Amino acid sequence: MYVAVKGGEAAIDNAHRLLAEVRRGDPAVPELTVAQIREQMALLVDRVMAEGSLNDPDLAALALKQARGDVVEAVFLVRAFRTTLPRFGASVPLDTGRMTLSRRISATFKDLPGGQVLGPTFDYTHRLVDFALAAEGAPEPAAEAEPREDAAATPRVTDLLGRDGLIEPSPPDDGSPLGDITREPVDFPCDRATRLQALARGDEGFILALGYATQRGYGRTHPFVGEVRVGTVAVEFVPEELGFPVPLGAVQATECQMVNQFHGSRTVPPQFTRGYGLVFGQSERKAMAMALVDRALRAGELGEPLASPAQDQEFVLAHCDSLQATGFVEHLKLPHYVDFQAELELVRRMRAEFEDRREVAE
Amino acid sequence: MSDMREFRPGADPSSRLPPRSGDDGVAGALPPQAGRGDEASAYNFAYLDEGTKRMIRRALLKAVAVPGYQVPFASREMPMPYGWGTGGVQVTAAILGRSDVLKVIDQGADDTTNAVSIRRFFAKTAGVATTTHTAEASVIQTRHRIPERPLTENQTLVYQVPIPEPLRFLEPRETETRQMHALAEYGLMHVKLYEDISRHGHIATTYAYPVEVAGRYVMDPSPTPKFDNPKMDDCPALQLFGAGRERRIYAVPPYTKVRSLDFEDHPFRVQRFDQPCALCAAEGVYLDEMLMDDSGRRMFICSDTDHCEERRAAGHVGTEGVA
Amino acid sequence: MLRAGFADPVHDSQGVFRAVLDALARPGTIHAIAPRLDPPGPLTPELAAVALALTDRDTAVWLDPALAAAPEVAAYLRFHTGAPLTADPGRAAFALVREAGRCPPLHTFARGTPAYPDGSTTLVLALDSLAPGAGLRLSGPGIRGTADLALAPLPPGWPAALRENHAGFPLGVDCLLTAPGRVAGLPRSTLVGS
Repeated sequence: MYVAVKGGEAAIDNAHRLLAEVRRGDPAVPELTVAQIREQMALLVDRVMAEGSLNDPDLAALALKQARGDVVEAVFLVRAFRTTLPRFGASVPLDTGRMTLSRRISATFKDLPGGQVLGPTFDYTHRLVDFALAAEGAPEPAAEAEPREDAAATPRVTDLLGRDGLIEPSPPDDGSPLGDITREPVDFPCDRATRLQALARGDEGFILALGYATQRGYGRTHPFVGEVRVGTVAVEFVPEELGFPVPLGAVQATECQMVNQFHGSRTVPPQFTRGYGLVFGQSERKAMAMALVDRALRAGELGEPLASPAQDQEFVLAHCDSLQATGFVEHLKLPHYVDFQAELELVRRMRAEFEDRREVAE
Repeated sequence: MSDMREFRPGADPSSRLPPRSGDDGVAGALPPQAGRGDEASAYNFAYLDEGTKRMIRRALLKAVAVPGYQVPFASREMPMPYGWGTGGVQVTAAILGRSDVLKVIDQGADDTTNAVSIRRFFAKTAGVATTTHTAEASVIQTRHRIPERPLTENQTLVYQVPIPEPLRFLEPRETETRQMHALAEYGLMHVKLYEDISRHGHIATTYAYPVEVAGRYVMDPSPTPKFDNPKMDDCPALQLFGAGRERRIYAVPPYTKVRSLDFEDHPFRVQRFDQPCALCAAEGVYLDEMLMDDSGRRMFICSDTDHCEERRAAGHVGTEGVA
Repeated sequence: MLRAGFADPVHDSQGVFRAVLDALARPGTIHAIAPRLDPPGPLTPELAAVALALTDRDTAVWLDPALAAAPEVAAYLRFHTGAPLTADPGRAAFALVREAGRCPPLHTFARGTPAYPDGSTTLVLALDSLAPGAGLRLSGPGIRGTADLALAPLPPGWPAALRENHAGFPLGVDCLLTAPGRVAGLPRSTLVGS
């Protein structure tokens, strides 16, 4: 006698309670605080903010705690929260030329106005496990930076190149309203601003792999890092009733200006072109990969042959979102009894037909 | 760098939530917007904010006016994953009212985990009555099945759709498929189906079998088995389709011609089962195959659990059922 | 003083929407809307209800001359919906028509494009009367067999204009017909005889 599979509701409740218990881990080990995650897992928090499209370190840290450290799950929590927030409007564009820099690197000029600022970076560390970190203890205090005279503004490398006309000008703001991929469905082909929005919240691993592919010849762009800068930048907003910008605060951001070769065309003299990346927090990997993919996606506009995935906006934009990707991949866990039954019936029928044909042949 | 973190406008996270002003400037106080707690009362009725509902409602009206056409809509992130019914959930949230009675099924069953999860979501966020009885429901959200009991004029069926584009596996580009729909250029689909016939002697599509709606648009019926396709034709209920990840909404109004694509020499046929339901003896219904033991013993039972239960309650007994 | 909007924005909007959805999904059937609104004249409570339920800052709204002539109407709609008003019917997502007897030709409104037929105008007309019965004979999706709808006044050029609108399917406008306490739908998919 068959007993129907029932009790789904109780099973779900029990699974959730078990999850809460496993999330906490061994109760003998002190519980992580949100502040600890925010301060000591800062780059992870940054990634969750960037892909979650919401600048809120505490919320991102809490999401990471709730998600047991699963980045995509934490991004999901942040996005689902973000989507319920009311919109007051769009900020004034960030002026990254007035960023308070913690790090600024150019690979194209040995020295330049504002200088190279190494800042906190893994770049020149030897990747040896530091067993001393297993014990608790305060690090040696860092050296104090000398205040810079030109701290107010550090020109971007592309601005410097632009003065000589060696690089394509950054398109002027024509005042046309910007789309918002979280508020309107994307309509292909879409403009660069829309693409950049999608890339900025796109999965770091996916964007990284695509950017890497362009370096290996799948949509080559001959890139140079004009500069990567990390720092804090003021966010300003113009309330309707005031009509002038008021500061809301500041966000940490990483910006990459990639300088790419371009041979010119019949109408355009040879000059460098731009690839652009901007993400919340400190993530040079993401900003650089984004800049590579941004430039690759401009292939059509620049009259370059379209042959590689990174140049294909439908391919890139439709697949770069980790939530969409993980949802659809993981939904295969859901029951598919009904469809599978239909396929079973078909395979059985086709096998029977196959056998019949064979018997006839014999 | 931690200095930037000092720009946080307040220490207590909950104090930073902006006050909820009606809904994007519209007068009238709504319940406070999503807080950081998980109290159902912190969310708007049926979870979505009113602006999102309006956007979805407008898309639904277009979908009904142009049967089978996929209306783009700005799908929101929902508190369940893409691919798990976010499109259906958004459509249901947009249409649901206080007096509705909601039924949610997955694979025909009310008690599959995802159906339970979605039903609970609306019971919690909208406080609507829920039911497992098809006859009692005014709104039925479904994944992969159409109930066996004929639907009525007082019902709306909301389908969860993973890939709304029937041409997607023939042409991956949206720019191309949009043009094909604009020109009603569906030759590619017929070629694909005919290739099946020449290879296998019959059409080898068993679910998500494409249909033509009201003589114009070719539409994906969602991954229902083709067994259910005939139920869509001239159906008294309104059928709405939501694809969250792919950001499309489409509809079939009541009493609308829904034709499964076929050929004169190879007419559309549905699956047939050799035996009735082992529990309720129903024939002409869709069955699930259950593996009973590791020696390969099998049993076939109704995929529509409500239908099966009602029949058993009415005294129908199958070979494995109890009287 | 500005007149009030919905007493219960969430549920009043939902109720109006469901009536409108049913009306468009089942052309020829008449659905009750009880908006409990007292908008400034000549805006009718039914036109106001549809506007409040469905329009916002993402939808351009066109007002017919009778409504446009009353500044309180524009102020009321702007305050309660935030919708931008447009003077160009070809750019309107919704068109509110108070004087159905002077409704402009349907082809002056947006009909959508072959790739995006949803980029069309929804007309909302205020009629004196709307009832089942001899008048327009309707058939098509949403209709079991045929349905008959009597309306007054009949907008100029109807029903020929509706047939022309239908002939352009999937392009075309959709119409919501309102009368005191009621609404019916005439989507572009409906074939209209007489």
